[in-house]
Amino acid sequence: MTEQAAAPAPHHAGPEPMTGAQSLIRSLEAVGADTVFGIPGGAILPAYDPLMDSVKVRHILVRHEQGAGHAATGFAQATGRVGVCMATSGPGATNLVTPLADAYMDSVPVVAITGQVSSKAIGTDAFQEADICGITMPITKHNFLVTDADEIPRVIAEAFHIAATGRPGPVLVDIAKDALQARTTFRWPVEAQLPGYRPVTKPHAKQIREAAKLLAAAKRPVLYVGGGVLKANATAELRILAELTGAPVVTTLMALGAFPDSHDQHLGMPGMHGSVAAVTALQKADLLFALGTRFDDRVTGKLDTFAPHAKVVHADIDPAEIGKNRAADVPIVGDAREIIADLIVAVQQEQAAAQAAGDRRFDYGQWWEQLNAWRKTYPLGYDAAPEGMLSPQQVIERIGQKVGSDAIYAAGVGQHQMWASQFITFDKPATWLNSGGAGTMGYAVPAAMGAKAGCPDAQVWAIDGDGCFQMTNQELVTCALNNIPIKVAIINNGSLGMVRQWQTLFYNQRYSNTVLHDGPENDGKGPAAGTRIPDFVKLSEAMGCHALRCERPEDLDAVIEKAMALNDAPVVIDFIVHQDAMVWPMVPAGVSNDEILAARDVRPDFGDEND
Amino acid sequence: MSKHTLSVLVENKPGVLARIAALFSRRGFNIDSLAVGPTEHPDISRMTIVVNVEDLPLEQVTKQLNKLINVIKIVELDPSAAVRRELMLVKVRADAETRGQVTEIVQLFRAKTVDVSPDAVTIEATGSSDKLEAMLKMLEPYGIKELVQSGMVAIGRGARSITDRSLRAVERSA
Repeated sequence: MTEQAAAPAPHHAGPEPMTGAQSLIRSLEAVGADTVFGIPGGAILPAYDPLMDSVKVRHILVRHEQGAGHAATGFAQATGRVGVCMATSGPGATNLVTPLADAYMDSVPVVAITGQVSSKAIGTDAFQEADICGITMPITKHNFLVTDADEIPRVIAEAFHIAATGRPGPVLVDIAKDALQARTTFRWPVEAQLPGYRPVTKPHAKQIREAAKLLAAAKRPVLYVGGGVLKANATAELRILAELTGAPVVTTLMALGAFPDSHDQHLGMPGMHGSVAAVTALQKADLLFALGTRFDDRVTGKLDTFAPHAKVVHADIDPAEIGKNRAADVPIVGDAREIIADLIVAVQQEQAAAQAAGDRRFDYGQWWEQLNAWRKTYPLGYDAAPEGMLSPQQVIERIGQKVGSDAIYAAGVGQHQMWASQFITFDKPATWLNSGGAGTMGYAVPAAMGAKAGCPDAQVWAIDGDGCFQMTNQELVTCALNNIPIKVAIINNGSLGMVRQWQTLFYNQRYSNTVLHDGPENDGKGPAAGTRIPDFVKLSEAMGCHALRCERPEDLDAVIEKAMALNDAPVVIDFIVHQDAMVWPMVPAGVSNDEILAARDVRPDFGDEND
Repeated sequence: MSKHTLSVLVENKPGVLARIAALFSRRGFNIDSLAVGPTEHPDISRMTIVVNVEDLPLEQVTKQLNKLINVIKIVELDPSAAVRRELMLVKVRADAETRGQVTEIVQLFRAKTVDVSPDAVTIEATGSSDKLEAMLKMLEPYGIKELVQSGMVAIGRGARSITDRSLRAVERSA
């Protein structure tokens, strides 16, 4: 896993007398936290005073604590290091709840530091008091309430260690105001006291051999790759394993970029909006080789009909994920990088044995014939927009082609997110940031801000919907004022597109409350009229950004090029796209993946009769 | 469904009970009984949790509990190789006429009469759930005025200790 604690040079300091607040800032410096997103307030105020003098910690003043939380998440996903956010007690802390839940679902290493009312006032319903430890208990990997200034360095060290190691996740540190004000003695390094925390990283050798044997014997295997492979920095190892075995690869929404999209063995993304080839490969497989993935319901569809013929090798750092949704024939607990490295050796031994015996293990020739046929017959695609209009897929695809696979893309949640996952080519790790598990609308702009703050040399694009954009766009002010020049492509269809798509398919085209750009008199059935409220161009200009609008297909390239050329401030592009585009393929919720629809009312022909 | 007895060693820190209770409720696991108390080591508390689940959900319960940072160790106690006890205090209606019969039941179950008043006796009993249930059944006809019962506590038979190694881990980190 990401080793934040090990990154900075060993830091020795103290004993040195100071306040708890100074000790907090010194501790953050010592663990190597160089960027903090936050907003001050009463209870956290003591910490902001020494923060002003720190030359190692850059504090970025956001406009809303939710922005701070998602920025920390985007920072962590792009850099592989722990993201840090800071807020005051009460509403400041509760505004972090959504990003913490988001980071928890996607296993992102984040440390949130919140001020708490003075320890003597805790429990009295004091001004701006909230039991944030109680509130965030089910959505953090762990949390701490600190009421003693002497504990601050140890707790900060433990928080960063817990966040970054094992299965990463968010950790919240709530510090009472009087602990920040009290005198203490700062010492570093400090020893962690975590007798109950011992993540297993080294896989069991016997399980590795068993897994390699199953792979050798399989006729129709699939490497089913999840976000754990990215978090373990195991993408180079994965490529070696894939090429060594010749097995097909699918990467989940959280794993895009873990294996190059452009690689010939890559079948695409599995799941509700996955490619026909990827979904079907899992359904017809005789072996699922699951690496750092958790058999999420958006991947499996109806669980008891998922991959019915397959044996399962399930490797994950979190033992609780193994067997949670699907029983594993070979469970492997460990760090994905160590697991895949060991698997490479075991597979080589199996191959040598096969060669010596002259038998046909690792022969997936027939399987590839089938896979290639599905790939050829049901490629990803989309219908053209009505004459003269932009189609959202075309916009996203073109951005991907022009901007390229070195850039970092952050998406919101909904149709635009799915199209971005489908039509942008992800060839490198840590270039795709999105809210996968929680599905948090409003993630894109602040996450892109965090990514750009962590990777200032990278081009960072937010692909956002007009619904999502209206939830968190105020962080563009933060970007404009702090020299964080991100690009935001608003895929503006004037509606909550994914919800609208479900209304089209499952609610008789009754568009209840999904039209965003018009009042209640619009039933959403007619063409998008559009009041242009808000006017995203004016709004973005008011926030200190360059703003462009693109409405016609013939302007598309020129607008993208112009946006790429503007680097002195954030750039927002309002792409007006037609409102009836839908995300295909689709497996409707709660049904078997066998029922995947390549397009509306089009079920692929799998030759089931011969099955 | 079947009952399983889990001994859970946890760090003796504020909020640990809340974490365990919250985990059970969030994941939809049912607790039959829960008892918490100190151990021979001041930094470690021990919980005895009785859960009513099938084997597969039990594995999830254990794995999810293990993910809590403050949980040091979990052992499932095999009923045939463990001593399991509950404590019960029960106030039974007993006047001069019936008191003798009630105290006879008390003796039969090796319980104790801890308080007597003209109309009632209070009985203290320890034992397995089965024994306490049997005693209650015998007392019911006289009239049970009030009943309080602890969660089950349990310990494995034999010389082996489940805390030995965990204690060393705690001492190392202290």
